[in-house]
Amino acid sequence: MTRRVGMEVSFALSEAVKNCNVDVISAYPITPQTHIVEELSQMVADGDLDAEFIMVESEHSAMAACCGASAAGARTFTSTASQGLQLMSEIVFIASNMRLPIVMAVANRSLSAPLSIWGDHSDVMANRDSGWIMFFVESGQSVHDHVYIAYRVAEDSRVLLPTMVNLDGFQLTHVIEPVELIEKADLGDFLPPYDPQIQLNPLKPVTMGPAGTPAMFTEAKKAQEVVTWNSRAIIDEVWEDFGKRFGRHYKAVETFHTDDAETIIVSMGGLSGTARAAVDKMRKEGKKVGLVRIRLFRPFPAEDLRRILSPAKVIAVCDRAISYGGPGGPLCSEIKSAFFGYSGAPYIANFIIGLAGRNVWVTDFEHIADRAQQLVLQEEPAPYEIIGLRE
Amino acid sequence: MAQSDKPRWQELEIGCIVTDPGSTRYYKTGDWASMVPVTDPERCARCGLCWVFCPDMARIRDQRTGAFDVNEFYCKGCGICARECPTNAITMQEVTD
Amino acid sequence: MDINVYAARMLPQAEYFAPGHRACLGCGHGISLRLIMKAMGPRTIVSNATGCVEITSSTYPQTSWRVPWIHVAFETAASVASGIEAAIKALQRKGRYPEKERVTILAVAGDGGTADIGMQGLSGALERGHDFVYVCMDNEAYMNTGIQRSSSTPYGAWSTTSPFGAKSIGQKTWKKNMPAICAAHGIPYVATVTPAYPFDMVDKLRKAKEVEGPAYVHVFSPCPTGWRLDPSMTVQIARLAVQTGAFPLYEIVDGKIRVTEKPKKLLPLIEYMRPQRRYAHLTEEDVKKIQKRVRSEYRKLLKREKEGY
Repeated sequence: MTRRVGMEVSFALSEAVKNCNVDVISAYPITPQTHIVEELSQMVADGDLDAEFIMVESEHSAMAACCGASAAGARTFTSTASQGLQLMSEIVFIASNMRLPIVMAVANRSLSAPLSIWGDHSDVMANRDSGWIMFFVESGQSVHDHVYIAYRVAEDSRVLLPTMVNLDGFQLTHVIEPVELIEKADLGDFLPPYDPQIQLNPLKPVTMGPAGTPAMFTEAKKAQEVVTWNSRAIIDEVWEDFGKRFGRHYKAVETFHTDDAETIIVSMGGLSGTARAAVDKMRKEGKKVGLVRIRLFRPFPAEDLRRILSPAKVIAVCDRAISYGGPGGPLCSEIKSAFFGYSGAPYIANFIIGLAGRNVWVTDFEHIADRAQQLVLQEEPAPYEIIGLRE
Repeated sequence: MAQSDKPRWQELEIGCIVTDPGSTRYYKTGDWASMVPVTDPERCARCGLCWVFCPDMARIRDQRTGAFDVNEFYCKGCGICARECPTNAITMQEVTD
Repeated sequence: MDINVYAARMLPQAEYFAPGHRACLGCGHGISLRLIMKAMGPRTIVSNATGCVEITSSTYPQTSWRVPWIHVAFETAASVASGIEAAIKALQRKGRYPEKERVTILAVAGDGGTADIGMQGLSGALERGHDFVYVCMDNEAYMNTGIQRSSSTPYGAWSTTSPFGAKSIGQKTWKKNMPAICAAHGIPYVATVTPAYPFDMVDKLRKAKEVEGPAYVHVFSPCPTGWRLDPSMTVQIARLAVQTGAFPLYEIVDGKIRVTEKPKKLLPLIEYMRPQRRYAHLTEEDVKKIQKRVRSEYRKLLKREKEGY
């Protein structure tokens, strides 16, 4: 039987990790992920979770230890944010190319300098190309649910890719939300024990992580690409199974009032809640506004987005990161790429919001919708606008 | 079965792992040698030092006489065996072919 | 003539490191790895850092390793080994690991991957007390990338990034004392070995394997290519390193040192340096200065041993 509890989202995450019966946790504390790992430490200390918690001396070692543990056949978990993600970045790319199904919760936080402990997406965007499957969740419930989903997807023998569950630092990690916890007993066979396809085991020696050559590296990358794209089918399968068992149906792209929308706001992550409230309000005022929440970022749901967004006149893509000297917000540039070469693309406006935890209000989203409607009239593409910038 | 060094992408193992333990044994490092060790079986004391010190496991033992000799498939011609042999039974000679 | 080595048949015959690897002629690592693997046996998992050992033994599609082996990155030998150790601990406890007996976890890294870029990971792993053996393959520079200096390069030695010149003697700093640093972590076993003393080496590696907790073994592994040495001299130069005091052989068991090779009289250091062109530029003065230090360090070890710590 499920329990509905008001709890800090970090703890909802740790609960799920505990119920997954992970074997090895290797993590280094960094704000705002600390509550996740502290809670897991307590669970191990109390004997509620039978796992080895490696108290590594840096995030780089955290991910390296996860690689070793996963290669030996363990179900592995780690968590980090911002500077930690950047420090372990070298190994993050290696983990996916070695096909190690590690699950990592990233408490998205802005990158220095200046130092900031507050939430935005610059850390994960800097690692877009790493080859991990990336989920973006926006509520305590979806955080809890996606830990199970992440393990089921990552460890599937047709996938075997490490998976990131991205949750906004502070704005999600430290808030208290009502969560219907799934008990271990109710998981049933949704999450079978990890059965490694490749494993470090003296009974069957293999060499993992050999040096590649120009003669085969291209083929290795092609193989990686193919498995990344193919994982989408399994992700959909897992979401469907989850929905059948637990009644919550997730999709790669979640829509809200998009059927007849002329203006669609596109967001990802925790601020989607505020966006939804804004769209609700604008609909009551008779405005034809809709909201799209992107839940799956890698592999990128280009086809879904084209299908859902094409009917609108203008889409307002809200990014929580900037790519300096580039085409603006990373999410927006990916969406623009998804439309390039296809006829019937809507006008795409780009807004940068909520950098380093800057509050984003319902009124901000209303302003975004208005601005988008102004921009589409001028037809010329416009550079991105930063919401709330003091000039 | 030796894995191909020019595989099609579909032929690669998961994570590019190498599944044949010790598969470098197919590689003829003997082609590198410009000198090879020649052992005088009369002087060989059968001590096995040349076998201990060979970085390339290129020393084999004649089962009948017990004397040690070179495995030309792997010998790179470094000359450690010749130098270490306590009875000076090994001399390095230039490869002529 | 060294009578101690007439017992070659006492070494295990099985090779867990295969021939056909791409190491240079006369590579010290070739001999060292064979001996290490004879001591470790088949129930070993190797966590290897990037370097000469890794590249020459594991270029796709071939591998020299007859045991499970993993390479992740340059500085991760110890941290990956920590992960493997923890995983096997958890999995064996939960009854989910195919091998039921104790598995030896062996971390292998060069002097770069140990004393420089890998230092943090090593320190962390030692402090956490994982049950594993860490082997430092010390050829005294970043050999794999082209003979660049490391903190393990000895004073006065030439390397491509510490070349000698009008304004430089070569390496300006003294070799970092990794065995002492590891011993300072309070681990149960630390040892220095070299393949010129193969039975001592296998003995110490076996001890390292048996001990519960972290063990650090520092392997002096000559590099003919980087030291500008005749490739047939690898074993002889390692022997000279021990006999001149340049690389003393000792073990530290639970913090107490035991010097295992005590030459009756240390040979002049020049005997060790002369065959290596990386020292060819040093003057008699320089050699004297280095010898003074080498001998004083050696005497300190003997003194420690005498005083029982």
